[in-house]
Amino acid sequence: MAAKKIHAIYTDDDLLMQAVTQTRAANYHISEVFTPFPVHGLDHALGLAPTRLAITSFLYGLVGLAVAMLMMNYMMIDDWPQNIGGKPSFTFYQNMPTFIPIMFELTVFFAGHLMVITFYMRSKLWPFRKAENPDIRTTDAHFLMEVDADNHDIQKLSKFLYDTGASEISLIENDQEH
Amino acid sequence: MYTLPSKLKLFSIILIVLGLAGITYGFLTTPKTIGDVNEILAQQEGHEATSHHNAETSNFVDTMRGDEGYSEAAMEHATDLSAEGQGASSHEEHMLHQFQTRPWSATFVAAFFFMMIALGVLVFYAIQYASQAGWSPVLYRVMEGITAYLLPGSIIVFLIVVFAGTHFFPWQNEELVAGDKILQDKSGYLNFPFFVIRGVIYLLGWNLYRYFSRKNSLDQDNATDFAPYRKNFKASVFFLIFFLITEATMSWDWFMSMTPHWYSTLFPWYIFSSLFVSAITVIALVVIHLRSRGLVEFISDKHLHDLAKYMFAFSIFWCYLWFGQFMLIWYANIPEEVTYFIIRIQEYQVLFFGMLILNFVFPILLLMNSDYKRVPWFVVITGVVVLIGHYIDVYLLVMPSTVGHHYGFGIPEIAAILFFLGLFILVVGNGLAKVSLRPKNDPFIRESENYHF
Repeated sequence: MAAKKIHAIYTDDDLLMQAVTQTRAANYHISEVFTPFPVHGLDHALGLAPTRLAITSFLYGLVGLAVAMLMMNYMMIDDWPQNIGGKPSFTFYQNMPTFIPIMFELTVFFAGHLMVITFYMRSKLWPFRKAENPDIRTTDAHFLMEVDADNHDIQKLSKFLYDTGASEISLIENDQEH
Repeated sequence: MYTLPSKLKLFSIILIVLGLAGITYGFLTTPKTIGDVNEILAQQEGHEATSHHNAETSNFVDTMRGDEGYSEAAMEHATDLSAEGQGASSHEEHMLHQFQTRPWSATFVAAFFFMMIALGVLVFYAIQYASQAGWSPVLYRVMEGITAYLLPGSIIVFLIVVFAGTHFFPWQNEELVAGDKILQDKSGYLNFPFFVIRGVIYLLGWNLYRYFSRKNSLDQDNATDFAPYRKNFKASVFFLIFFLITEATMSWDWFMSMTPHWYSTLFPWYIFSSLFVSAITVIALVVIHLRSRGLVEFISDKHLHDLAKYMFAFSIFWCYLWFGQFMLIWYANIPEEVTYFIIRIQEYQVLFFGMLILNFVFPILLLMNSDYKRVPWFVVITGVVVLIGHYIDVYLLVMPSTVGHHYGFGIPEIAAILFFLGLFILVVGNGLAKVSLRPKNDPFIRESENYHF
């Protein structure tokens, strides 16, 4: 695809927030923003949809609870109900207080780990993945806003971005490797 | 400026009058002699086929072991459950004592429930000062309004525990102590004069902090510097230290010594968690009431969200302590410790486990979603359920230890709730009404008013 992008670099997060708001108001499409640290409210300014990670985590927690209950019920009650120290292994509920610590820990374990793995999958993070860093300075002190330039007058767009306070503006052609 | 709506005022006065009548009725209709007890028993036998005698000898340990009568030998010495435990010489005399205790217990449960709300709000308030919280200064006047109930509430509770005598505290029965080695060993702590002195110290400490913090907080409104604020900061830190100690001894004095042979180390924390979560719930409910009348625009959804988060978190904390206490005792199953749970599981099963649903499952499901925490009616529903749950919690602390299986939820209990609810509404309404609800000149008030996350 003949992707033409403009990279505008800002040196201040307040300026970046302002630029993002102005650029969206002018109906330019921001394809990506790179920042060295979380900028509070940036997702809201960009109009990103809220994350659903918390919902997945809740469901994973229910899975973990079910696994713990089925496992303990099978091992301690169904398969080999021994008398261990006089604990009542006749039914699940009679011996439940001993199972609760395991039920709790497995719920947390599943909810936590599966949510983290979901996060890695959705954000395409894994070892040996090639870093997509358009400018090395964005990991340290600079903020970079990437704007689609395909259907726009480059001169006019550059002028517009310059007015929003960009300290550097560069045109990038077709060298995106994803 | 808030004024208690006249309808609410009338409503609370009606509650007080009805409650007072009901409490008086409860005290007047207790059986006076053993003959009366036998009459009641004869009526009960007619209604229910099963008698309590079977339930008394077989307990849940036996049922679970499938081993009838296993712990009879152990239970023989557990005087807390048997007739002799209360110093009565016969079964009927013991029952007479329990019947006569019921109105006392009913009144105490409701009195303590509403007092602990005011006390919990005071602790929450002190924590906000001591931690220099930036979100909560807009709530200071609301919290001070609720703690206005502490003075009348704590005096009533104190009077009840002082005058209840052997109705609540078997260790006050001299005959019983004379024949009981354990109680003799404990009499250095559990003796009446020291008991009263401790109670006076709690009352003085709590109420003095409430008086001076309120005064300083109001002084800050007209101050040109932050001197009153600094005073309040120091006072809050020392109050929190004082509270942690007195709360522990209060729990031993007023609740644990109802079963003086039994002890549990995390018991004070357990009572604290109940007190704290009910208090935060009431703050949220009062805030919603004030917002619905358009009086506190400066308290936003975000403040409500934070209060609901506290409700959620401390409901879980309460359950953690409840389970921590229950599971350790259930697991080890030492006869002198497990008596406490045997009576609660055998005689109060529905309440004992139902309370877990109200206090844990319900809030965790309703308040987990962060959007729901900002919906007032969601918070109100959860709040009401949590308050009912913690009333049952206090009921289960007191009733099994004092009236045993002769408990009920009738006129004495309902009347006591009505009376103290009416008094609470009236006193808190007046506490809120005296000054502007918007604190001024607090160093964090601006941050608090613009608070969002």
